[in-house]
Amino acid sequence: MIGLEHYLTVAATLFVIGIFGLFLNRKNIIILLMSIELMLLAVNINLVAFSSFLDDLVGQVFTLFVLTVAAAEAAIGLAILVCFFRNRGTIAVEDVNVMKG
Amino acid sequence: METIILFAPLVGALLCGFGWRLFGEAAACWIATGLLFLSAILSWVVFLTFDGTTEQIQILRFIESGSLSTDWAIRLDRLTAIMLVVITTVSSLVHLYSFGYMDHDPQWREGESYKPRFFAYLSFFTFAMLMLVTADNLVQMFFGWEGVGVASYLLIGFYYRKPSANAAAIKAFVVNRVGDFGFALGIFALFFLTDSINFDDIFAAAHDLAATQLTFLWTEWNAANLIAFLLFIGAMGKSAQLFLHTWLPDAMEGPTPVSALIHAATMVTAGVFLVCRMSPVMEFAPEAMAFVTVLGAATAFFAATVGLVQTDIKRVIAYSTCSQLGYMFVAAGVGAYPVAMFHLFTHAWFKAMLFLGAGSVIHGMHHEQDMMNYGGLRKKLPYTFWTMLIGTLAITGVGIPLTGWIGFAGFASKDAVIESAYAAGSGFAFWALVIAALFTSFYSWRLMFLTFWGEPRGDKHTHEHAHERPVVMLLPLGVLRLGAIFAGALWYSSFFGKGNEIITFFGGQYEAPSTELKDAVADRSPKASELKYVMAGEPGDAGVYMAPENTVLHEAHYVPTWVKLSPFVAMLLGFVVAFQFYIRNPSLPKRLAENQRPLYLFLKNKWYFDEIYNFVFIQPALWIGRQLWKRGDGDVIDGTINGVSMGIVPFITRLAGRAQSGYIFTYAFAMVIGIAVLITWMSLSGGAN
Repeated sequence: MIGLEHYLTVAATLFVIGIFGLFLNRKNIIILLMSIELMLLAVNINLVAFSSFLDDLVGQVFTLFVLTVAAAEAAIGLAILVCFFRNRGTIAVEDVNVMKG
Repeated sequence: METIILFAPLVGALLCGFGWRLFGEAAACWIATGLLFLSAILSWVVFLTFDGTTEQIQILRFIESGSLSTDWAIRLDRLTAIMLVVITTVSSLVHLYSFGYMDHDPQWREGESYKPRFFAYLSFFTFAMLMLVTADNLVQMFFGWEGVGVASYLLIGFYYRKPSANAAAIKAFVVNRVGDFGFALGIFALFFLTDSINFDDIFAAAHDLAATQLTFLWTEWNAANLIAFLLFIGAMGKSAQLFLHTWLPDAMEGPTPVSALIHAATMVTAGVFLVCRMSPVMEFAPEAMAFVTVLGAATAFFAATVGLVQTDIKRVIAYSTCSQLGYMFVAAGVGAYPVAMFHLFTHAWFKAMLFLGAGSVIHGMHHEQDMMNYGGLRKKLPYTFWTMLIGTLAITGVGIPLTGWIGFAGFASKDAVIESAYAAGSGFAFWALVIAALFTSFYSWRLMFLTFWGEPRGDKHTHEHAHERPVVMLLPLGVLRLGAIFAGALWYSSFFGKGNEIITFFGGQYEAPSTELKDAVADRSPKASELKYVMAGEPGDAGVYMAPENTVLHEAHYVPTWVKLSPFVAMLLGFVVAFQFYIRNPSLPKRLAENQRPLYLFLKNKWYFDEIYNFVFIQPALWIGRQLWKRGDGDVIDGTINGVSMGIVPFITRLAGRAQSGYIFTYAFAMVIGIAVLITWMSLSGGAN
């Protein structure tokens, strides 16, 4: 029987993979965006799992909201990325340190 | 009328100082002078018609705070009346004299306006001095006391383009602060013990003060002694007594009319006035009074010795003033307050006259002050010569010995001081004063001989152009001449006559003598000498208070004949020696100075007081100041601020800047770590529960 714990474990694993993808990645900003998507999905799995577990539809409604926002965010992120590439000619994370103190 | 006397000079000062652009320079000066003359005339009316009863004239409420209640009121008694005529008369004459003396002063450029300022300062000084002597309480007196200090500072430093005048002004102010500190402590002690600073309350409590003990500086003191001593420290500063005298000779940097008014006739006698005013307290403080006597005698002697060798004409007279103030303090110290006031009164005339005469000589000689460059001025300045001669006769005390009063002003009063000192049994004071009288005679005649006799020395051109000054300068000299000749003889009986005359003059009551003694006086029998008049009534009833056991004034009339003759003999000796030194054998002083070089240098350098003070006080003070400046301010305060702002803050910002890598993953990592720590802490501490 696949219980709540399994879903939560998968979601936690995905979330941690996302986090590590965020700050271990030194190469490509697209991977950053993908990592963020991964974390959002992990959260969504959590929400759906709890929704089913608690018999409460609000969790699934919330998931739909999150998916919408994530889609918008991905679109804006990619747009910024395109602009950035046109300006700098690179999308390597190593080169993005304009905010260095 | 008293109010007009007090405020006329203030009005004059304000009108002259602030309004001269409106009225014009000359008119402003004449307004100030005119108001002063009005004040002087009214003062003489008050003095001559005054019956001796103490009056209080309320002007306004002054300070109210807790149990401290101060009125600004005029206390008119005999002491005040005496001071009123001295101050306003000398001041008005000095105002008049200044028209001539301050004209075309070489210190100022063409077209510069300085006379209204000078007259305003003079009038302001007069107001402050009147405020001092008319005070009805110690706070008001202190106000006047500081007011004359300020005026003195302004006038000594009047030639502000001269660095030496500025230095002298600061010196006078600082040295006076030392005395004022003692005076202020005395006022505090009186307020602490009697809960009042009004003279009436203090005098009424005088008996109790004598019976009170007070702890001060970890020592048990008798309250009356302590207060008298502290007040006397204030008097020492203002009256340039030994140890606090160093400012007076330097104050001669000011214009000569200022020296005559402030540093001879009025301000410097404020100390004597204070001691006499506080006589009800002083009478209960025998130890403090002994100190006053000894210090006064020491000052009289010290200043006279220094005066022997000075060559600056004004400095000679300055030391002479210092010495004469010592005489007054001896008289006050032995309890003969009327005699102290007598000498103050006569001294004011002849000393102001000597100064104004010296000013006339200086002005006539184009501001040359060194007597070594004078000589033979008798023909060139005849009027000044006669004035100075009268002044010299007055200060040396020329008169007919044993009559007591037939003589110049100084004769009557100085002899009275010396006889009082002997009668009080103070051998040191007596001999110091007699020797000082000898020296006084010597340096006064030396001044005369060097200035008016002999061959002209110094710049030939200056001597050829020496001439008598305008009438505004000669007229005051003429008026002061009258004072120098007659003041002693006219008021002899009031200040130093029979006991009952003195007591009546000062507004006191006395017990009537028995019929037996009255008969003895009528029969001129020897028993008449037992007739003593004792002041009756409480302390503070009269202008001065003399305790019943204080019989100095009586005994001073019955001192041995040799004592009465001693000042006269000293005066003659001084004259003969001066005559020998400067007329018959002018090379003698030089030879003597070479033979006795260490002694000569010791006197010439004023007993090295300035040098000692410089070493003991000024150098350490400068050292402390430099330490505070360089080490304290420079190193500690500036160092701290510079260290923090230029060392520590940039270091921290460099560290913080290094944390800002600019890479997104660093920030993301920090965020995650932060969230992890936050969650860990929340779970461990139980979160919101």
